Amino acid sequence: MVRVLINVPKTAHRGEIIEIKVLISHPMESGQRRNEMGQPIARDIIHSFRCTYNNEVVLEAEFFPAIAANPFLSFFAVAEDSGTIVFAFVDDHGTEQVERAAIIVE
Amino acid sequence: MNRRRFLVVAGSLLPAIWAPARATPADVAQAIKALIGDRVPTQGRLKLDIPVLVENGNAVALSVGIDALPGEVRAIHVFAEGNPLPRVGSFRFGPATGRPRIATRIRLSTSQTVIAIAEMSDGTCYTDSVDLLVTLAACLE
Repeated sequence: MVRVLINVPKTAHRGEIIEIKVLISHPMESGQRRNEMGQPIARDIIHSFRCTYNNEVVLEAEFFPAIAANPFLSFFAVAEDSGTIVFAFVDDHGTEQVERAAIIVE
Repeated sequence: MNRRRFLVVAGSLLPAIWAPARATPADVAQAIKALIGDRVPTQGRLKLDIPVLVENGNAVALSVGIDALPGEVRAIHVFAEGNPLPRVGSFRFGPATGRPRIATRIRLSTSQTVIAIAEMSDGTCYTDSVDLLVTLAACLE
C-alpha cells in the first residue's frame, strides 16, 4: 500500500466539469539507473491507472518509466450524479491498489 | 570507501553516464506507428504545454489538451525522442471524461523534442511537439 492524495470536490452541480488531481507516493524506479557497484536497479513503476465515476471510465492511463517519481495526474470528469469515484492502479509486482472518493451532486 | 575503491567504482560508472541508451527519432516514429498505424497526424487543435527551458529533468510539468468535445477524443499519447525509452504515457478517455486534457510530471534525460499525438474517435490524428533544453538530466545518477 502506498500513500495516495486525491483531490476531488465534495459537491458539484449536475453537469459540472470537475477537476480531479491524484498524487501517488511511489519511487517509479526507471530500470535505467545503476547502483554504486554498477549493477542495474530493477524497474519498479506503476504501469497502469484507471479512474471510474459510478462505473463509467473517466481516464485510463498507461505509464512508462519517463513518468516522474511520485506520479501526479490531473484530469477532468463530468459530475452527472452523486456517487463514488474509484481510482485503481497496478505496479510492476502486479499489486493493485484501489482508492475511493465520494461526491455529492446537487 | 577509500580513494582507490572510489576511483574504480567511479570509473566503471562513467561510461554509463556518458553513453546512456537513447531512443532515436526513428524509435519514436516506430512507437507512434505501432499505436496509430499508417494514419498521418495533422498539426493543430492539440496543444502540448511544457517548459522550453527545463532546469531539472527529474520532474517536468507537462500538460496536453485538445480543442474538442470529450466524446470526440479517444486517447492522447506522449513520446520523448531523447529518453532511453520512446514512450512516456498514454491517456485514454472514457464516457465520464469532462475535458480531453491531462497534466502530469515527466522525466527528461536530455535536451530533446517531446511529441504528443491525439487519436480522435473518427480515426483522425493530431500532433504537437516542443523542442526543449534540459540543464539537469534525469534518470542516470
